[in-house]
Amino acid sequence: MGIVNHKKTDLHGMTVHTIETKKYKTTSFILQIKEAINEKSVTKRALLAYVLQSGTKDFPSSKELRSALDDLYGATLNADLSKKGENQVISIRMEVANEKFLSNSEPVLDKAFHLLSQVLLAPAEENGAFKEGIVKKEKRSLKQQIESIYDDKMRYANKRLLEEMYESEPYRLNVYGNENEVDAITSKELYDYYKEVVKNDKVDLYVIGDISTDEMIEKVKKHFRFSEDRNEKENQKQDTKKEKQVSEVKEIFEEQDVQQGKLHMGYRTYTTYSDEDYFALQVFNGIFGGFSHSKLFMNVREKESLAYYAASRFESHKGAVFVMSGIETANYEKAVKIIKEQHEEIKNGNITDAEFEQTKAMINNQVLETIDHPIGLSEVLYHNVVAGTNRSIEDWMEGIKRVTKEDIVKVAQKVTLDTIFFLKGAGTNGNENV
Amino acid sequence: MGMKTFEQLDETLHYEELENGLKVYVLEKKGFNKTYATFTTHYGSVDNHFKPLGKDEDVKVPDGIAHFLEHKLFEKEQGDVFQDFSKQGASANAFTTFNRTAYLFSTTGDVKKNLTTLIDFVQEPYFTEKTVEKEKGIIGQEIRMYDDNPDWRVYFGLIENMYHHHPVKIDIAGTEKSIAKITKDDLYECYETFYHPSNMILFIVGPVDAEEILNFVKDNQSKKTFKEKAPIERFFEEEPATVAKAEKVIEMTVQTPKCYIGFKEAAPNRKGKELMRHELCVNLLLEMMFGKSSPNYEALYEEGLIDQTFSFDYTEENGFGFSMLGGDTQSPDQFVQRISEMVESFKQEPVSHDAFERARKKKIGAFLRSLNSPEFIANQFTRYAFNEMDLFDVIPVFESLEVRDVEDVLQNHFKKEAMTVCQVRKKKS
Repeated sequence: MGIVNHKKTDLHGMTVHTIETKKYKTTSFILQIKEAINEKSVTKRALLAYVLQSGTKDFPSSKELRSALDDLYGATLNADLSKKGENQVISIRMEVANEKFLSNSEPVLDKAFHLLSQVLLAPAEENGAFKEGIVKKEKRSLKQQIESIYDDKMRYANKRLLEEMYESEPYRLNVYGNENEVDAITSKELYDYYKEVVKNDKVDLYVIGDISTDEMIEKVKKHFRFSEDRNEKENQKQDTKKEKQVSEVKEIFEEQDVQQGKLHMGYRTYTTYSDEDYFALQVFNGIFGGFSHSKLFMNVREKESLAYYAASRFESHKGAVFVMSGIETANYEKAVKIIKEQHEEIKNGNITDAEFEQTKAMINNQVLETIDHPIGLSEVLYHNVVAGTNRSIEDWMEGIKRVTKEDIVKVAQKVTLDTIFFLKGAGTNGNENV
Repeated sequence: MGMKTFEQLDETLHYEELENGLKVYVLEKKGFNKTYATFTTHYGSVDNHFKPLGKDEDVKVPDGIAHFLEHKLFEKEQGDVFQDFSKQGASANAFTTFNRTAYLFSTTGDVKKNLTTLIDFVQEPYFTEKTVEKEKGIIGQEIRMYDDNPDWRVYFGLIENMYHHHPVKIDIAGTEKSIAKITKDDLYECYETFYHPSNMILFIVGPVDAEEILNFVKDNQSKKTFKEKAPIERFFEEEPATVAKAEKVIEMTVQTPKCYIGFKEAAPNRKGKELMRHELCVNLLLEMMFGKSSPNYEALYEEGLIDQTFSFDYTEENGFGFSMLGGDTQSPDQFVQRISEMVESFKQEPVSHDAFERARKKKIGAFLRSLNSPEFIANQFTRYAFNEMDLFDVIPVFESLEVRDVEDVLQNHFKKEAMTVCQVRKKKS
């Protein structure tokens, strides 16, 4: 047994991952439902996530479903969406109190299991379509969710960067879909799509808590009954060889009434989770802008006082590095120059021993901290499913340990700036009138 | 050394008050990788008028100074303490609230080494004119980042509406103008007054040996000398029970309007168990009235007046308290009208036992869930302790509440004259 006691069992319909631990006062269930993101179904799939958490056959309205959850000592249920590489993943998460901490030891676990299975396999349906009322309400919620991106200027700038950078690749698509497509989706059409999802999509269930694997497998068999004709699609892996080569850097400006300019830069790396040099890229990102000792933080913020935040993050499955910083509009040229210089520094091997060692220590620390949280743990393990790998947490940590400075330089030379998106300020934002 | 066991929760808390007045708490969390430690002073943005330690005259300091001090404490003659932590495999951070400033780290490596760094950097200030000036650019950008955030603007706008005088209405980071005035001497004056060990709590949670950690901290502190502890004198103007402003609209470049409704607590002077009971009661009421399983939530959702961003909360500290509810909405005025009607009609009906029980169960489950998080435990325990409450009393207090407790609170807290509204609307071009 390693750091994490992770057992994987393939059952008809889905893979069950059990993690036995006494760390938590709750039991967590995480369902991950994966499919390649595509223009045709992106909006439908987003709407489906909203609809599934709004009612089941037994509890056909949001109010009834929520009451049932409250009665299970405030079990939480939520469905959300994420993009992992060019996949659009629906995550349905449920967390329920461990019975042993409740004064009157109510048997909540089995009920919770049943409820979760119903959310996925027995939704609120009538005559081969989702309930009209639910679909109507959730359409509105989804539209508001899409609109709210515009209101959060950092998220907006990030969305615009992806649209420009991946103009002709599926990764450009927003995980919540397109606002103008929402209204046209009918309840019947959505239900048909749902049927395809439970028939074809890859489904993984993580159960984390003070549980026994054997008991959980029994419960899964009892509650999760997929249809006989279920036929899971092949896992599609990202092919980095097909990744676009950059001929020239695209620079896009947009103006809005904001106090602070939002600078977002996108780099292609040609490396993803399953590649050998993945670990070197992780360390590269850490040195570049991943931590408060990174080159971006030290130079853009500490040395030049240009920004409060200046950071980079790495998307493991698309193989992209994104830089973001909030700056004065007038400081655009200066900030971009400094950011480019930091990349050059790494390419030229100007990495101090302190940067090198600290970054590795911090990455190690970060992964250990992440797996202290049930959702964090399930996300770390799920990388393997998305990438089609079989790396334990120990393998991962060992991989980071083995990275050399030469490996970082090599990977830094592959990293290529593709697009800069800058949301410029124009005047002042927020006039109060009473 | 003291020890308190919470059998139902399977947790044991070790604690000790040291000679210099510092209170140290250690919670052992077996099975976790991470140790999380917070070193917190009972000093925040509201403490802007006080009598400096050892002086006779009271002073008023520039807005945003507690937060400024938090930033500057990380910088030392030999460099930035952030770097020391990351060399030691820890990530450090800090935050300033209305009445607390917390410094913290988390690590899966050497706890003692990082603990020494944490305690020593907070207890050895180093401020110079040059470094103070440099920070003004960075904090200026932090302020602008918040200025562009409509959620923050509507939240703060609502608090501004509520208060005539209380400094809770001042933005925690201050303004670019107010921080321009801050000098290194101001920082030292605040530091000397509020960073005395007797005004601070050290909380450590993780896979540690409690006794060993306590002795280690004791040893660190015994080598240092501190001034005699003295009570801190803070000054606050008399705050009327009424709201300062009933309504405000802020225009920003947004697509969806945001609207929050607040109820100002008339007598926010509770402490200890009384405060805990009151906080839990208001939160239970909000859950019963507007929780996801309530008829009101269903109606508001159906009418298109709320979406997933809808939330509510009650908070009270010494001198201020308010509940707030709201989120994104397409029709702010209608939203306000419906909420007011719902509150009024809820007040007319007897409180349902079923709804009460369901809300209580939900809250107990949520509390258990939060105990999975070392961050929650350390931060909330400290907040509770500064208000003379014990975090681990939450479940027993929930269990002791009865319907009539919430009925009283319902009539007294949700009053028309205590209500205020703040909206963010789309800027007209």
